[in-house]
Amino acid sequence: MADDRQDSGAIVSAVASLGHRVNEALLRLGFATRFFLMLLIWSGQSFRRFNLTIREVYFSGFQSLLIIMVSGLFIGMVLGMQGYETLQRYGSADALGVLVALSLVRELGPVVAALLFASRAGSSITAEIGLMKATEQLTAMDMMAVNPIARVVAPRFWGGVISMPLLAALFSATGVFGGYLIGVVFIGVDEGAFWSQMQASVDFRYDIWSGIVKSFVFGIAVSLIAVFEGYDAVPTAEGVSSSIKGTVVKSALAILALDFVLTSFMFREA
Amino acid sequence: MSRKLLDLWVGVFVALGVASLLFLALKVGNLATANFSETYPLTANFVNIGGLKVRAPVKSAGVVVGRVGDIRFDPETYEAVVTFNIDGRYRFPKDTFALILTSGLLGEQYVGLDPGGDEAMLKAGEVIAKTQSAVVLEKLISQFMFNKASEGSSEK
Amino acid sequence: MPAGNLVEIKDLDFAYEDRPILDGISLEIPRGKVVAIMGGSGCGKTTLLRLIGGQLRPIRGDVLVDGQSVPQLANDELYALRRRMGMLFQFGALFTDISVFDNVAYQMREHTDLTEELIRDMVLMKLNAVGLRGAHQLMPAELSGGMARRVALARAIALDPMLIMYDEPFAGLDPISLGVIGQLIRKLNDALGATTIMVTHDIQESLLIVDFIYFMSDGKIVALGTPDEIRASKHPFVHQFVFAEADGPVPFHYPATPLAQELLGKGAHGRR
Repeated sequence: MADDRQDSGAIVSAVASLGHRVNEALLRLGFATRFFLMLLIWSGQSFRRFNLTIREVYFSGFQSLLIIMVSGLFIGMVLGMQGYETLQRYGSADALGVLVALSLVRELGPVVAALLFASRAGSSITAEIGLMKATEQLTAMDMMAVNPIARVVAPRFWGGVISMPLLAALFSATGVFGGYLIGVVFIGVDEGAFWSQMQASVDFRYDIWSGIVKSFVFGIAVSLIAVFEGYDAVPTAEGVSSSIKGTVVKSALAILALDFVLTSFMFREA
Repeated sequence: MSRKLLDLWVGVFVALGVASLLFLALKVGNLATANFSETYPLTANFVNIGGLKVRAPVKSAGVVVGRVGDIRFDPETYEAVVTFNIDGRYRFPKDTFALILTSGLLGEQYVGLDPGGDEAMLKAGEVIAKTQSAVVLEKLISQFMFNKASEGSSEK
Repeated sequence: MPAGNLVEIKDLDFAYEDRPILDGISLEIPRGKVVAIMGGSGCGKTTLLRLIGGQLRPIRGDVLVDGQSVPQLANDELYALRRRMGMLFQFGALFTDISVFDNVAYQMREHTDLTEELIRDMVLMKLNAVGLRGAHQLMPAELSGGMARRVALARAIALDPMLIMYDEPFAGLDPISLGVIGQLIRKLNDALGATTIMVTHDIQESLLIVDFIYFMSDGKIVALGTPDEIRASKHPFVHQFVFAEADGPVPFHYPATPLAQELLGKGAHGRR
């Protein structure tokens, strides 16, 4: 008898804690939406005092150049190798350029660049803002009649949004070069065929522009998550480190989910 | 980090980004060769379009002169109505043939335009009267088998 | 110096989520005086400062600063009021990415149109007042705890505020720094003609420099008076605080079952 009551108690508490978690998540989502609106409202300063945003483009964008370009190069080279290995079995090695370019421009460029951006720049943004919150710097700023969202949060958001499409383009470009390096220079695929087939099959509006739109959307998502996690961090050491983890994980999920949604819109069979 | 130095590095970054975009658009993609000139529409009806898709090239003498714009089904004639967007620089005579061809043996399908000898040119929105539908592989095979079978019986 | 109160708190209730923190509290801060608010940890002292600064809104009651009701101010009015207040946070809260000089100059650059030469002179004067003019090139990470707090003090008084608030200014300082900060608090208040509110634990240092003390416990004022009155007070809470007694109205033991029951009774239950 007592055992039955204990088991049902366990189930009830499990359901209750699930409900509690869902409730918390919804509350947080609502808060995040309000935060996003406040961010947009207070973004005027990010553009009037543009050097604030430029500073953030430097820290998020320029300082990510190395990891983006190296990763792009490697992925392009791997695409070249893997692509050749499969294509040459069907006598279609000439299509290597097409394979490398389309894979990068449509998918790998925007997605991988966004993932790398989230782990390098996104986490550092979260850390900065979280630490400023934990050491009461944001409160101090507020008490000195300077709005911390306008001064600290919004420029970092816009810096990320501006940097992301540029980084994705850089990633794709170095990737294509990497594919060229492996395919044409090392393996010996015909250079003319490589580029001409690529040019014939990659459409600016359909492929490249879609990739740019994707990276822009990812930029908004990752930057928003990064600044929100920092701003909402619990002001202790564990709180900040937990927020950083949150940024990386949530950004990854958001990127992949958005990629699915966008791809299903953009790349449809006629 | 002085402001000037910061601006310099950010300028470098943006320049690199824009350069990559241009590289992608021009060298990787077809922006350079894409014609921004005016196009005019022509339509044609086909019994079977096979695997023809929107944006497939329209070629004449092997050169791309336009793209397939729209593919619809006419519920009254039970035929496919295909609209092409042809480059405004090129005019075709009224008795032009429109054929659906395959690039390579198993490649993508495209539209070929074979000009006739008529002096009057097709105007925008007009219909190409003479068309040849796509070769459907199954019909080809069954025809081949039928021929082979009749050959065999005629030999007896 | 106009007479009257700069800050008035009237019958204020505040709770954080479900926990009540302040319960119908009322107090007055007269102009030009240095007032200390004391009490044990978690009694709501820092919350009071936040309410005065407009960072929190009371559930009931009112906060008046210079005649204006803080909870009812619109955003820009609140910011206008804050420009006349200076606040020193517990660990300084200096902006770690800019130098000492830029920290002190921050409000001047934000809220005034002064030229850089004028700002430079003012910053150096403020730093001189706290004895750190020579450190103006350093970064906050290079400062000791006491020095950082003094820089934060210079920053708080950058625009000659009418109200200066201190959140635990003496916490964690060595005896010399303690004395220095204490003296600075008093001297700056008098020199600027400002009013000062100090939230602190440090009874001995406070008794030397303040004009008036409020004692808080459980969200209410339990005692108040001038330093002399406090020293002579018979109120058990005040007495425990002033003479740093281990046990009294604030108990030594965290609430628990009686020791005898804990040691002996547990044995019977523990073994099943």
